[in-house]
Amino acid sequence: MNKARIATTWLDGCSGCHMSLLDIDERLVELAEQIELVYSPLVDTLDFPEAVDIALVEGAVGNEDDLKKLQLIRKQSRLLVALGDCAVTANVPAMRNAFKLEEVLRHVYTATASSQLQLPKEEVPPLRDRVRPLHAYVEVDLFLPGCPPPSEAIFFLLSELLAGRIPDLSAKSRFGA
Amino acid sequence: MNHSPASRNSQENTPPPRILTLQIDGQDLSGRADETILEIARQNKIHIPTLCRLDGLSGHGGCRLCLVEISGQNRPVPACLTYPQEGMVISTASQRLQDYRRKILELLFSERNHVCAVCVSNGHCELQELAVELGLSHVRYEYLHPRLEVDGSHARFIRDPNRCVLCLRCVRVCAEVEGAHTWDVMGRGISSRVITDLNQAWGSSQSCTACGKCVQVCPTGALSEKGTSVAEMIKHRHFLPQLLAMRTNRRE
Repeated sequence: MNKARIATTWLDGCSGCHMSLLDIDERLVELAEQIELVYSPLVDTLDFPEAVDIALVEGAVGNEDDLKKLQLIRKQSRLLVALGDCAVTANVPAMRNAFKLEEVLRHVYTATASSQLQLPKEEVPPLRDRVRPLHAYVEVDLFLPGCPPPSEAIFFLLSELLAGRIPDLSAKSRFGA
Repeated sequence: MNHSPASRNSQENTPPPRILTLQIDGQDLSGRADETILEIARQNKIHIPTLCRLDGLSGHGGCRLCLVEISGQNRPVPACLTYPQEGMVISTASQRLQDYRRKILELLFSERNHVCAVCVSNGHCELQELAVELGLSHVRYEYLHPRLEVDGSHARFIRDPNRCVLCLRCVRVCAEVEGAHTWDVMGRGISSRVITDLNQAWGSSQSCTACGKCVQVCPTGALSEKGTSVAEMIKHRHFLPQLLAMRTNRRE
């Protein structure tokens, strides 16, 4: 049997959903036998590979780089899962949406900074005006809300997908969690 | 205020209410003519989702989650405000109603800033529970992210309009049970806001008795006690039926 090619990544998030993924604990060994982890913050691959079976995406789309990554992931993955509240609702990162982007940058980089009073221009991707969830840009196949989603729910999601079933995730997690 | 237990309490001289027969979701049932479809459904263990509804307060019909279909009528009606008629055939869970209910929730989530992860009511919120109950995995509408000021001027309580769903339980409990009528609504449609007195800081309200009833009946984190952090605000609603029962007994 071919192993399922799995990719995971985080965009505008806190990595908490990946922590919850790791909290699956010893059952990860069971999962590992059935998958090939082809791309992830947990492995050492630089470029997002082609022909990915399942992509778990944590985090919202907050900057230009997030958007570029997301579009590539969509193009090269069969199944895209929005993992956690930031991916599903834009959650905490989107709290800046109530303010103008210039206000946010000014507040963070000049008003509250003690030195180096300037806005970053190089080597960081420009922020987008609004932080939005994944499905605002690309088609999302499955949504698993939660901040973070319980590891039990992530395990259920993965084991169902590996068994060739599209899981019913209702009541497995909730907004906020 | 025809829903409050106090006013429903039978007066000695009135004739007993008529009993009607009706059908809900295929079940043949009987119910009193002076009880709403929602009440009759509940007595028969038929669950209809609600949000603005709270036992002990007058019916409001604002959230529209309890919409039901009546045979022969094209327009769905709120079960909490509709009384039965003889032979009525009612459906509470059609695909159309479930779609409407999910849309209503999506609109509520998208209209304000319901960031469950950092809300005082996380884990104890009726809006959050409804999303699970109705299988809402994501919101298809664009989030509006309005900029709304939190009012922390009151000595004991906080008002956070970011979490408000305009159920108006606070307005009703304050006017109907506490008798202060500190809360009211300003504006229309999407710009509606719950306000204290003449749209002034809660802490400066002359009419507020600081009883806290509004905080306890609020279904979300829109009204909370000061000093509570994420997920710490647990509401206690048992005071309402107890208080109303005590008042009824005294009157008799």
